[in-house]
Amino acid sequence: MIEVEGLRKEFVLRDGRFRRRRRTVEAVRDISFRVGQGELLGYLGPNGAGKSTTVKMLIGILVPTSGRVRVAGLEPSRQRIELARRLGAMFGQRIQLWWDLPLIESFELLRHIYRIPPDRYRQSLARFREVLDLDPFLRTPVRQLSLGQRIRGELTAAMLHEPELLFLDEPTIGLDVVAKQRVRAFLQEINSERGVTVLLTTHDLGDIERLCDRLLVIDHGSLIWDGGLSELKERYSGERTLIVDLEEPAPPLQLDGATVERVDGVRQWLRFRGSAAELTARAAATLPLVDLQVREPDIEEIVRRIYEAPEP
Amino acid sequence: MRLDWEIAKRGWGRYAAYPAAAWAGAFTNCVFGFMQAYVLIALFRHRTDVGGYDVGDAVTYVWLAQGLLMTVYVFGWDELALRIRDGSIATDLSRPLNPQRYWLAFDLGRAPFHFIFRGIPPFLIGAFVFDLHYPTPPLAVAFVLSVFLAVVVSLGFRFLYNVAAFWIVDHRGVLRLSVTACLFFSGMTLPLAFFPHWLETFARLLPFASIVQVPIDVYLGKHTGLDLVWVLGVQASWAVALLAIGRVALTRGTRKLVVQGG
Amino acid sequence: MAESFAVYCRLAGANIRAQLQYRVSFVIDLTATFLLSFLDFLAVLILFHNVPRLAGWSVHEVAFLYGSSAIAFALAELLVGHSEQLAMRLRTGTFDVLLARPRGTLYQVAASELPLRRLGRVLQGLVVFLYALAGVNIDWTLGRVAMLFAMVPTGVLLFASMWVVALCLLFWTVDGNEFSNAFTYGGQTMTQYPIDIYGQWLRRFLAYLVPTAFVCYFPSLYLLGKNDPLGLPRIVQFIAPLVALASAAVAGLAWRTAVRHYRGAGG
Repeated sequence: MIEVEGLRKEFVLRDGRFRRRRRTVEAVRDISFRVGQGELLGYLGPNGAGKSTTVKMLIGILVPTSGRVRVAGLEPSRQRIELARRLGAMFGQRIQLWWDLPLIESFELLRHIYRIPPDRYRQSLARFREVLDLDPFLRTPVRQLSLGQRIRGELTAAMLHEPELLFLDEPTIGLDVVAKQRVRAFLQEINSERGVTVLLTTHDLGDIERLCDRLLVIDHGSLIWDGGLSELKERYSGERTLIVDLEEPAPPLQLDGATVERVDGVRQWLRFRGSAAELTARAAATLPLVDLQVREPDIEEIVRRIYEAPEP
Repeated sequence: MRLDWEIAKRGWGRYAAYPAAAWAGAFTNCVFGFMQAYVLIALFRHRTDVGGYDVGDAVTYVWLAQGLLMTVYVFGWDELALRIRDGSIATDLSRPLNPQRYWLAFDLGRAPFHFIFRGIPPFLIGAFVFDLHYPTPPLAVAFVLSVFLAVVVSLGFRFLYNVAAFWIVDHRGVLRLSVTACLFFSGMTLPLAFFPHWLETFARLLPFASIVQVPIDVYLGKHTGLDLVWVLGVQASWAVALLAIGRVALTRGTRKLVVQGG
Repeated sequence: MAESFAVYCRLAGANIRAQLQYRVSFVIDLTATFLLSFLDFLAVLILFHNVPRLAGWSVHEVAFLYGSSAIAFALAELLVGHSEQLAMRLRTGTFDVLLARPRGTLYQVAASELPLRRLGRVLQGLVVFLYALAGVNIDWTLGRVAMLFAMVPTGVLLFASMWVVALCLLFWTVDGNEFSNAFTYGGQTMTQYPIDIYGQWLRRFLAYLVPTAFVCYFPSLYLLGKNDPLGLPRIVQFIAPLVALASAAVAGLAWRTAVRHYRGAGG
């Protein structure tokens, strides 16, 4: 469905007085990956890493500096309009619904923009109304909707024309727990039942945990991880954290095979591999321990470590 | 006093941050300057004197008007109205600073920037192409004083139609109405002296004349001696009056805001 | 083609419905615009209060020029003069939303807005034009009637092209407005008076570089039976539609270039 090879994007910024100094910024450096039909993948990376630039090149909004991109067999930068019929996009913060009009009218307008045949439109809309529970606010002007309602409206707007491919940028941002659940369940359903390929750009680790089997992680323009979520965890779950509470505050414990990550009063965080019991015994031999915990790395840990890594 | 100076610096800086806009605007001023100058030159082909102006006066008038356009900011200004509409006025009012005093200081910092960068370049271009009239040194001083007063009158007026936002939802309509009236009756479109007598008399009763017409007439030497003092006095009076009314309106508006719990 | 027009009508209709939601405000706005725009023509009348003719043109003849120019410009502004909307879209990144849809971007920008309030200006132009017709002596021939009807559509096309080029500037600089105002509003002001009054170089500039003279001036020469003081061949008076089409082509090219720049360098 998506084929990316050697993708690069450079921006030329003009700095300084009278904008004379030119600085080239490499937003995306030589990225390659393939996405098959029906995959649901997460796209992660710190802010400014190049996530939205990549997605814009896939949609055809930006033209790559070099490299090869094929989406649904089409070249986005040259066949923008043709591709646009087959994909749906939701840009999180940027509203694509019509602000002053009732929600239903936005849908009607999109029906005409995408040339959706009337019965398919009715069917499609009926489904969204049911699954996302749109009826209570279908006739309310968009400007009066709550954030959760608006996002449900935007999701519908992105999918009314039944695209094969969906690009979602932070779809659950700012939603409460219940709303997040609902959206996630919905995405799960359209992916598993209808085979829609979904590329989910997100900072929300709950989204990742619950939805994505595969992750792409980008940092400073380069792809630093392309693989399954479980593999990612395995790679890092070799390392666990032993949290010990001492009797009195002490300087960081010096133990073979363990690095002290943090000290806070009597509590110390030790990162280690291997047997927890063995390390505990050695720690206890050094200083009396009052209490201890063993922690598995969670996805937040992992991602944080990736984000905090120095520039490759 | 120190605070006012700081605010004024911010006023200057706010516009100095966009030099491209200033140059582009100055270009537009030149284009309009040329057009209006030619229209009036065509007018003077039939008469040598209109309303006490000769052709040199008229062309000078056009270039001065274009030069002063941004200095006295005759086009729409709605920063305050927007703050009232979105509620940020509440934050302003919670500070120990009168908003009117703030905007006045801000504007007095802005005006010199526009005078120098939007006023002088078009005027120089006009002077290069046409035969303009120049004032004697004492008149030049009077001119600068008159421009200063004009800026204050302009701010007083702008403040008023912005404060209206406390009561009127559609502040843009009020804006358009105010700006159009101001443009026409200030002498920006045509010197008031060209108006039919009854219209001119009416126009001179309004504050707008003090914004463009008066400073230019001072420059052209149309007012001397006691007459000059009188005309500057009228400007000053309008400045004080408009600021006073604005002050009252602000207080009333604030009270309304507090009552409604904005 | 017909389908695109139908969708345009729906999109513009949606915008009109949004405007009409604030019905009272809308009516006041429309009336105010209509009345206030007369102040602009009042300036012309005041000029003629002082002299009987301007560069050989009578007040009705100038009104003829002014009126036709005002109608064409106001209609063009109504259709594509959406600089505030475009500036906001570029600033907030919502222009990308247009690129993600299966329609042309200029089409979507034009269709999203139809500020009916600007009709007030169109009406004013019409009133002035009718005043002019009442006062001029036109030697009506079939050719002249055709010219009369062709004048406004060609004018709209020409001014609309200028507006689109002005919109393109926004892609390069946020302050594009300040610069393009000289050409859009300046262009309109220029066409309100016979270009005879402008100095040589300005006249040439107007006639050849920025084809605003073709909008109303040359057709008016034909209609009013006046001689061209510039001494250009008579054919010039008839090529306005061609000039308009050429300008539209230039405008389309400019827009494509601007969006290509945006997609290559910006976002």
